[in-house]
Amino acid sequence: MDYQYLLELFCGGVVKGSLYALIALGYTMVYGIIQLINFAHGEIYMIGAFVAFIVAGILTFSGYSGLSVLLLAAIVSVLYVAAYGFTLEKIAYRPLRHAPRLSPLISAIGASIFLTNYVQLVQTPDFLPFPELIPEFEFMADISSLLSSADLVILVVTALTMIALTVLIKFTRIGKAMRATQQDMIMARLVGINVDRVISWTFIIGSILAAIAGVLIGSRSGQINAAIGFMAGIKAFTAAVLGGIGNIPGAVLGGLLLGIAETFGAGYISSAYEDVFAFALLVIVLTLRPAGLLGKATKQKV
Amino acid sequence: MTHFKKSLGIGLWFMFLTFPLMVVRVNTIDNVIEWRWSNVVWVGACAAAIAWLWQFSIERRAARHAAALADPHPQAKRHTLAQRLSDDPALTRRALIVAGLLAVVFPWVTSTTQNFYHINVMVSALIFVVLGLGLNITVGLAGLLDLGYIAFFAVGAYTYALLGQHLALGFWICLPLGGLVSMLFGLVLGFPILRLRGDYLAIVTLGFGSITKIILENWDTAFGGAAGIAGIARPEFFGMTLEGRMQSVYTYYIVLALVAATIFIVTRLKNSRIGRAWMALREDEIACEAMGVDMARTKLSAYALGAFWAGLVGVVFAAHNTFINPDSFTFMDSAMVLAMVVLGGMGSILGVIIAALTLKLLPEYLRAFAEYRMLVFGAVMVLMMIFRPQGLINDMRRKYELDTADDADGGDDNGK
Repeated sequence: MDYQYLLELFCGGVVKGSLYALIALGYTMVYGIIQLINFAHGEIYMIGAFVAFIVAGILTFSGYSGLSVLLLAAIVSVLYVAAYGFTLEKIAYRPLRHAPRLSPLISAIGASIFLTNYVQLVQTPDFLPFPELIPEFEFMADISSLLSSADLVILVVTALTMIALTVLIKFTRIGKAMRATQQDMIMARLVGINVDRVISWTFIIGSILAAIAGVLIGSRSGQINAAIGFMAGIKAFTAAVLGGIGNIPGAVLGGLLLGIAETFGAGYISSAYEDVFAFALLVIVLTLRPAGLLGKATKQKV
Repeated sequence: MTHFKKSLGIGLWFMFLTFPLMVVRVNTIDNVIEWRWSNVVWVGACAAAIAWLWQFSIERRAARHAAALADPHPQAKRHTLAQRLSDDPALTRRALIVAGLLAVVFPWVTSTTQNFYHINVMVSALIFVVLGLGLNITVGLAGLLDLGYIAFFAVGAYTYALLGQHLALGFWICLPLGGLVSMLFGLVLGFPILRLRGDYLAIVTLGFGSITKIILENWDTAFGGAAGIAGIARPEFFGMTLEGRMQSVYTYYIVLALVAATIFIVTRLKNSRIGRAWMALREDEIACEAMGVDMARTKLSAYALGAFWAGLVGVVFAAHNTFINPDSFTFMDSAMVLAMVVLGGMGSILGVIIAALTLKLLPEYLRAFAEYRMLVFGAVMVLMMIFRPQGLINDMRRKYELDTADDADGGDDNGK
């Protein structure tokens, strides 16, 4: 047994999984409140990566570099993506609030196709090289085979984001309103919660998390493309379902598990079948626990 | 005036929203930034104009809804032509005869011995009609959301390709075999997911579709990998192989017959005991079980029958193209078939046929706008859902009069 290799795979899996978790949170929050699979969420993440790329491009060509550029790119990207998430919900989902259950799903698939092709048309369908903005930290030199500097940044940022999200949901007014809306939308409306605004906020927060993931994946993988949103979106949704959809800790757990399962499968069995392991894990878990790992098996009442 | 202000605001908002993506382009080869300022103006103007129209149509919809609420017994409810067609049996029969005649003469009218492009396009479109009708059983009638339907199509296509390659089996033997193998896959997949509901089912079927594609792509020795399988035999005509135009016409008639058979069988199924069980399952799973419907058998049969049609038509697809590779079986294709079912109106056979023909033929003839067609396709999907969420043809079962008010905003969007 090669422990070094095992550890490498594990670290890679955790990094990958934390990115999945960031995207999965957006899915799970939206699903928890309006029971909609937001298929366009992967595209939101892709747009986040693109906006960051553009801002970083402008700044690096003007002679700046380093972590401050990344930070600025991330801030602009977060702002824009929040605006995109807000607009998306207004146009594609809000008019369908009372439509049959499948309609918003089709609308979401349509929005996803639209956004991918929009970026392909106005930018480029080719892969773009993302500038390297994270310097190699010196204190990381000893363990750089396990964890690169970019990985460390990803882990730290993800952890901070999740803490911030927990605080937001547990302790703020809007978080309280979100939890209330998730439990019972009609009742929440009765006690004076502006449900439409809560839903808008849910989309904005979910989009921000996706944008952060987009910026991070850009600086880790070094290249982006208009089609990256699709697979990432599906994987993240898988992660959300794995943990029990609508459940926030579940999304994080599901993301991490999925990332680890994928890297282990790719590392020990075959890298060509990387995606198969993710879905196989999903099928197995759902067969054994139909409501996901942390999901509560709700009794159906008649 | 408020409309005008609001439109202006929306125009400005979209100018802000699209700014980085539409104006700036980072050229990483020459290391320069391209600024495309003219785009901002276009976006602003178009967004404001669309917003203005949008407010109008939303308002009109609300007004109609209010009118319908005020008058619970609308005297003359206007319907689309398609809706009237499907509601009136005598009209349906006449329309069917006309459509059948048109379909039969179609290949002779639109093609010459040299140019039979239109026939080939129509064959592809009809293949998707059968797919749509097959998925209509699973999603439209039984309400089981399937996002990996194209995998069954792939199973059928590869069954024919492999059997033809290794055992030299002909098209006509493989046609039912492809269907049966696919049905078997449907059953095997059906068992573990019987317990799942709604969206969990959707993601597992999506996973199954992706797994199928990945295996087809990577298992080179068995399935030819990403390059696929070439040189698949076309359907033989009583032992003869046809050439050129005759071959296309022949394939066209095979698919047409398949479409006719599918329509006939699905219509009969829909009104049968099992069809009613499916619809009961769609409307309310618990009530359905309480009425003594065998849940496992109902779900599995819907699943397996849907898969059967996909497999059947997958064989035709392989024979028509003589070449298959995993790229024909992506999630986008599954979404396309699902869009046909939903846009056509869940459960409605005529609606699905119209939607399938439109969705397949329009992009084909809009090749001049190839760059924009997927963009438009996505936008149309969203708009269609907003303005007509129940699809082209509403297949709701007859309700009591008192309920009509709830249903009234599903009226006619083309009228007036």
